Amino acid sequence: MTTTLRKTPLNQAHRAMGAKMIEFGGWDMPVEYPRTGGLIAEHKAVRGGVGIFDVSHMGDVRVRGGSPGAALAAVQHITMNDVARLAIGQAQYSAMLYPEGTFVDDLIVHRLGGDDFLLVINAGTREKDVAWIRENTKSFDCQVIDLSDGYTQLAIQGPRAAEVLTKLGCSDTAGLRSYHFTYDRIGDLRDVLIARTGYTGEDGFEIYLPSDIATSEDIWRRALEAGGEFGILPCGLGARNTLRLEARLPLYDHEISQDINVWEAGLGRFCGMQKGDFVGRSRLERLKASVTRRLAGMEMIDRGIARDGYPCKNEAGEVIGKVTSGSPSPTLGKNIALAYLPSEFTAPGTVVYVEIRGQKLKAQVVPTPFYRRPRKEKSPGGEGSSSGKR
Amino acid sequence: MTYPAALRYTKDHEWIEVKGASGTVGLTDHAQNQLGDVVFVELPKLGTKLEAGKPFGTVESTKAVFEIYAPASGEVLEVNEDLANAPEKINRDPHGAGWLVKLRLSNPAEVARLMDAAGYESFLSGEGTNP
Repeated sequence: MTTTLRKTPLNQAHRAMGAKMIEFGGWDMPVEYPRTGGLIAEHKAVRGGVGIFDVSHMGDVRVRGGSPGAALAAVQHITMNDVARLAIGQAQYSAMLYPEGTFVDDLIVHRLGGDDFLLVINAGTREKDVAWIRENTKSFDCQVIDLSDGYTQLAIQGPRAAEVLTKLGCSDTAGLRSYHFTYDRIGDLRDVLIARTGYTGEDGFEIYLPSDIATSEDIWRRALEAGGEFGILPCGLGARNTLRLEARLPLYDHEISQDINVWEAGLGRFCGMQKGDFVGRSRLERLKASVTRRLAGMEMIDRGIARDGYPCKNEAGEVIGKVTSGSPSPTLGKNIALAYLPSEFTAPGTVVYVEIRGQKLKAQVVPTPFYRRPRKEKSPGGEGSSSGKR
Repeated sequence: MTYPAALRYTKDHEWIEVKGASGTVGLTDHAQNQLGDVVFVELPKLGTKLEAGKPFGTVESTKAVFEIYAPASGEVLEVNEDLANAPEKINRDPHGAGWLVKLRLSNPAEVARLMDAAGYESFLSGEGTNP
């Protein structure tokens, strides 16, 4: 058994709750909490009530300007979305690209100040991302600070999440719009960064706490207490994955990678082609007219579950693509999947086949996201509100 | 959960209960725990001939696929049809109502090579039950 896995400050708390632990991106993380109901119960808690996730494995990088405008210019250069459109206190879904127009990683960019940004990146790509950010911002007068170990990050997600935040001391959740953040009270802490973001397709918040074990465990415990009346459950990476899949949110090395470009992934609406130059832009300009495969949603017609990596076939049995993520959908009661397919196979209703243990099983292309949350009038969407992160 | 003394166990976490020339096969409590909520079961047709140690079906949870290996050789006499609509029986009662198939054993002596309950429990503690 390897002992080199990283642990979040809540590792002992998870184990004390009987969490089943797995390795993910070099981290020892809870995949589900069987004692409180397990994956499906956790998934349903988030869709119908509220769930809490430890996402402290995520990386956090601050980019701060030395001379005025330097950090803004640097972040414009290394990310594809238009950072100039962000007000202070606002966040956006974005991605960092290789010159080939393919993905270094996806991320959320938070504008902390006029020339001060917090980039929240994926756990499994953290070292690569930080090195890439440093390398590609060298010519800008800005500081790049890896704050990843300084934060315990909790995601509180679901239609009742705002009520949990209010009970924890946050004074104005109603005034905090989607993809915006504020600094407010959580438990005994003041000025906690609270963002209305998530990776579940549901309303929710991500909060950034000091990473000492005592504080982390205290807030984790208080949040579970505060959410008790709403049926809050601790949720693991298993539910995080099924939730994000239903909402069609990409996962690195599955829907996005260094071999997949922005157009193929269907993330063009987060790509600010008009904003000026950025890494990957010129290649994307040329690639736009020649996209031959696209990410498509499928649901199984035959009995079977399409899993990551399974081949997709046409009627004749020729391999035409590959499943990037597949799972039973607890919300829909169907077996769903995302796959890269030739563009001519991506219209809803198209029949495709998935090879599952040697059998060619029927599926059909369906519109995505598979699940869209019911919209409430009082929570208006903000920048990038239709997507999320990890 | 204690492991019933009447069953024999494999290192792949199947059990078999032999009565005369037939054997009932299922997954152990440990296996269902590792797997989580079972949502899908694929079992062989009646009459299929199974070979000891070879895979004969799959059990899937939301997260994982688990291949099931035959604890002994034999022909499938009966399949637990309830599992198609109620796969959660494997979680609720792995050593009882969650059984998978019944076999006509072609070589009952194979079963003697499997672990008894005490042997399986010590095998589990050696394997580390919580990775």
